Amino acid sequence: MQTVKVAGKNNKHHVLLYAISTCGWCKRAKKFLNENEIEYEYIDVDLCSSEDRNKIRQDIQTRGGPLAYPTVIIDNKILLTGAPQDKLREVLEL
Amino acid sequence: MTTIENTRKRAENDAKTNGYYLASDQELLKDLLEGLHKNEQRYGYPSCPCRLASGKLELDRDIICPCDYRDPDVNDYGQCYCGLYVTKEIYDKKKSAKPIPERRPLEKQGRAYTISTEQTAESAKTAIKKTPEIQTKLWYCKQCGYVCFREDPPYVCPICKAKREMFAELDVTTQVREKIS
Repeated sequence: MQTVKVAGKNNKHHVLLYAISTCGWCKRAKKFLNENEIEYEYIDVDLCSSEDRNKIRQDIQTRGGPLAYPTVIIDNKILLTGAPQDKLREVLEL
Repeated sequence: MTTIENTRKRAENDAKTNGYYLASDQELLKDLLEGLHKNEQRYGYPSCPCRLASGKLELDRDIICPCDYRDPDVNDYGQCYCGLYVTKEIYDKKKSAKPIPERRPLEKQGRAYTISTEQTAESAKTAIKKTPEIQTKLWYCKQCGYVCFREDPPYVCPICKAKREMFAELDVTTQVREKIS
């Protein structure tokens, strides 16, 4: 998958963000990660190849999540739909 | 060509007509209006900025803003899926807007994934072949007579606000009469 990597001081956890480039909540999630200097990678589902789009669908559904964006996957284990900031703070130990 | 200002005015008018408000968080509102405007430019229609569109009008009809799910979502959660339309309670910040569960059926969401985003002629042909068949029907509102030609009836009648249950399928048969000269 062709993700965009964003460097940050906080790199304790592996953070993957599935987003839509036009979505206000996805922009908010990116802003939150940037402001907290979290290292993460993201992919905009509306701009990626159909192959990647289907991989993302499969990944989210295999983990039992709804096909909604933003979806954050932390350490390849925890899936957070909607990127709720209180949960992100808790899991990312902020 | 539509400008962001047009997109904003259209949303404001629609909110006013339906007794809703636009998001009071100005940053979120700006992002959503920009997203709608971008979708209108790339697809030719303002599909929901927070949902994955297929780029095919017949598959995305239910998520063109204001989407089919707006009224039941505002009713249940005080906001629509993307948070553009909200109730006075959320507008006044007595309750905060947040991502809400998706009401759009999974089968419809899946359509955006079956469409190829590749631009080559060969893959475009495959994409057309893969496009699911959509069965559009005529529906009428038993309360006010509003008629629409869509896959499903709307959740709420846009004219008289009757619920989906008030819609019935309309059977139309046409006859060709011979002209008597």
